[in-house]
Amino acid sequence: MMKRTLTTLGLFLASTAMAQAEGQLQLYNWGDYTSPELLAKFEAETGIKVTVTDYDSNDTALAKIEAGGHGFDLVVPSANYVPIWIEKGLITELDLSRIPNHANIAPDWMNVDYDPGRKYTMPWQWGTTGVAVNQTAYSGDVNTSAIFMDPPEELVGKVNVSPEMNDVLALATMYMGGEPCTEDTEVLKKVRDALLEAKPKWQSMDYGMTEKMSANDTMATLYWNGAMFRARLANPDVKYGYPKEGYILWMDQVALLKDAQNVDEAYQFINFIAEPENAAMISAFARYANGITGSEEFMPADMKDAPEIVIPAEFKDKGVFLKTCPPKAQEYITAIWTELQK
Amino acid sequence: MADKGFSVARLPGFTFTAMAVFLALYLPIFALVVYSFNAGKSVSMWEGFSFQWYAAAWANDRVVDATLRSLWIALCAAVIATFVGTLAALGTTRRRAYRGQTFVYVMINQPLMVPEIVTAVALLIFFAWIKVATGYQGLGYLIAAHSAFCIPFAYLPIRARLEGMDLSLETAAADLYASPFATFRRVTLPLLAPGIIAGGMLAFVISLDDVVITEFVKSAGQDTLPTYMLGQVRRQITPEINAISSVLLALTVLLLTAFFLLTRKKE
Amino acid sequence: MSAAEQDMARRSARDAWMLVTPALILLTVAAVGPLFIMLVYSFLTPGQYGNVEAQFSWDGWVGILFSRDIFDGTLQMADAHLTIFWRSVKLSLMTTGITFLVGFPTAWFIATRPPRARALWLFLITIPFWTNLLIRTFAINEIIRNEGILNLILLQTGIIAKPLQIIYTDTAVLVGMAYVYLPLMVLPLFAAIDRFDMRLLEAGYDLYATRWAVLRRVILPIVKPGIVAGSILVFVPSLGAYVTPRILGGGKNMMIGNFIELQFGQGRNWPLGAALSVTLLIVVTIALLFYVRAANRDTPHG
Repeated sequence: MMKRTLTTLGLFLASTAMAQAEGQLQLYNWGDYTSPELLAKFEAETGIKVTVTDYDSNDTALAKIEAGGHGFDLVVPSANYVPIWIEKGLITELDLSRIPNHANIAPDWMNVDYDPGRKYTMPWQWGTTGVAVNQTAYSGDVNTSAIFMDPPEELVGKVNVSPEMNDVLALATMYMGGEPCTEDTEVLKKVRDALLEAKPKWQSMDYGMTEKMSANDTMATLYWNGAMFRARLANPDVKYGYPKEGYILWMDQVALLKDAQNVDEAYQFINFIAEPENAAMISAFARYANGITGSEEFMPADMKDAPEIVIPAEFKDKGVFLKTCPPKAQEYITAIWTELQK
Repeated sequence: MADKGFSVARLPGFTFTAMAVFLALYLPIFALVVYSFNAGKSVSMWEGFSFQWYAAAWANDRVVDATLRSLWIALCAAVIATFVGTLAALGTTRRRAYRGQTFVYVMINQPLMVPEIVTAVALLIFFAWIKVATGYQGLGYLIAAHSAFCIPFAYLPIRARLEGMDLSLETAAADLYASPFATFRRVTLPLLAPGIIAGGMLAFVISLDDVVITEFVKSAGQDTLPTYMLGQVRRQITPEINAISSVLLALTVLLLTAFFLLTRKKE
Repeated sequence: MSAAEQDMARRSARDAWMLVTPALILLTVAAVGPLFIMLVYSFLTPGQYGNVEAQFSWDGWVGILFSRDIFDGTLQMADAHLTIFWRSVKLSLMTTGITFLVGFPTAWFIATRPPRARALWLFLITIPFWTNLLIRTFAINEIIRNEGILNLILLQTGIIAKPLQIIYTDTAVLVGMAYVYLPLMVLPLFAAIDRFDMRLLEAGYDLYATRWAVLRRVILPIVKPGIVAGSILVFVPSLGAYVTPRILGGGKNMMIGNFIELQFGQGRNWPLGAALSVTLLIVVTIALLFYVRAANRDTPHG
């Protein structure tokens, strides 16, 4: 209550006291996720200088924006966090008349559960979370979560699991036959037991797998598709798999902050990234797919038909978006995760 | 006489250990510098010699910007922390015990005792109130936060030095009718110098490395080198970071050498 | 005490307070003060999506030692928390021990060089620490991984037949931590040893003491303030370490730092995170007090 009043008062004071800087835009994005070329092109076309500040997790970004006094205009939350941002009133509904390119959003990505009709967000990049295996260590079926839930003998002690609580729990739950965000204690018990049994067979729970898979330090991992795409380019033995029990779809999108200072510039940027050419630029940098129609022809050659980037038809319907789990389910997930890592 | 001093000071195995330590210390640094010249993208697979990462780092505005900001914050924080820490050391050492002394000692060492994430979140909230109330969003918050957590790192070496100091020199000065301030300036301070320098260097390095507190306290456009690198951890560490580190290293060596030579001249 | 003595004592205390005030102000504003926010938060209810709601609750504190078993809701000892806590303490103690064993000879070596050379050696020992922590850790990884430099050398010279699995073990973590915290031990030790009067050693040897006895009974007691300072500077920060254990140890096991961070992140339980940190702070403060009191009791004065 007190915080709200202070915030409102402060915002009022700040908005009257601070002069709006002309031609400036403050973008708050994931680290190493914004193409410098894109920003240069944007500045050349509009004269607006974009300053990027990094964050490394959805929760950090949320905490910082909620606290206020941050100075950002745009933020790029993940799909399962967007409803939280909307509910807390931290991002505003977009004035679609100011975004002519809004129609470019691919039909697949236009009416997502967390933002039907894309009233709040503009797609930035999307990808999948699955498994990757070095085929010289194991040549069997890679399209299964068993790679980390019940590693085959050749992979015992050589599997990495990314330390992403929500990803791991979602994949594990689907492997055990449940739905992500379930509150069914029977299923959760099985998930916990299976994870605890699998853990001794893992080598590590770390990031940096592009490097490790390329260098043959790790032979298999649960990880994001783009990173494994890059690993394969460096090391042809790496094969990416789409777990048939269910794999994860994720997407990051740009949203306009309620207390943004440079609103005009923000709209120009949002419109700019919906151009097929520019969306392709974003993809070329971070090596993930984007959600804009027509960008395919501008994509770099090696991404156009890479199995990691373009989901093969036979796996298309097994992808599941991570949802915002209700508090009880989140509690279960955190408890299992803590036990797993103790 | 000088000869005997040396052999008296020699303890078995100590020199060997020290040498081994230096070797072990520099091996990773050597690897670091070598890989900064990697023609490939990896930090562990050598693919030939190349300057590309130095060129990339130089051309990367964000990296240069972040590095300069880190250096500036570290400099300010080190100076403030060392100054304040020296005063504090003087106020808590070699004195009659006074009420509240332990409290002061605990306060000074407090930043060491709390995990950074906690201070980070607490500062986020506290500074956010101030930011919203005053509209000021400059580097002041980061400098204040860094100075604060660097205080114990500056304080402890200075205090250790002070505690081991012999009071007799200062008493002699007082006997010769020197004022307390003159005594301080000409006797205490020079004797204390190694401790102050050690404390200052530690504070600088600690500030330069901080990531968690900076990540939470920073406002728009205030990335430092460590927060920039934090973003890279999830994606891919490239030798660009090695290149930056090597440059910083070279700069430091140059600076300290210059400092070294300058102070030599005074003698 | 006579009136004059009382007066002097009071003035001395007043001077002392004036000297420490700047530090105290800075600390209150930018370090300690905001922690009261944490203290308050520890008594509130977790918000649905992180942050807190303004509603009183004991749950944060109860959660430190007790947790509801996930599935039958019974309250029981949270041994997961205790395991994590104990692991960090053990690691920190070992790191402190190792840095002391290795750092003391190093500091001694530097302090016994000719005065001119001392600055150079000091300089040499701090240079590695001017490189960023993350990079240094990756560089260590580079050396000790299975196809890294160390194993390559050992294999080439035939000392071992198969690569030594060092990475992802506790050994790797200790090596990494010791490497990272070494200067925090060496610098205070050096500052203290540098002041040590070598003539005392002569006296000791003149009295037919062995080198070992001289070390134990003459050197160590006098150098104790440096040992205390170094130990604090290593033990306490290493308790919160999590970057190095994660990169070199593989991240399978949480440290206190990770665990608290989890509460403020995906765990969405700020009150628990706050309560855990306040507890950590109290425990460490008490340990610190005991340690310092014990150290000061034996320190010779003058």
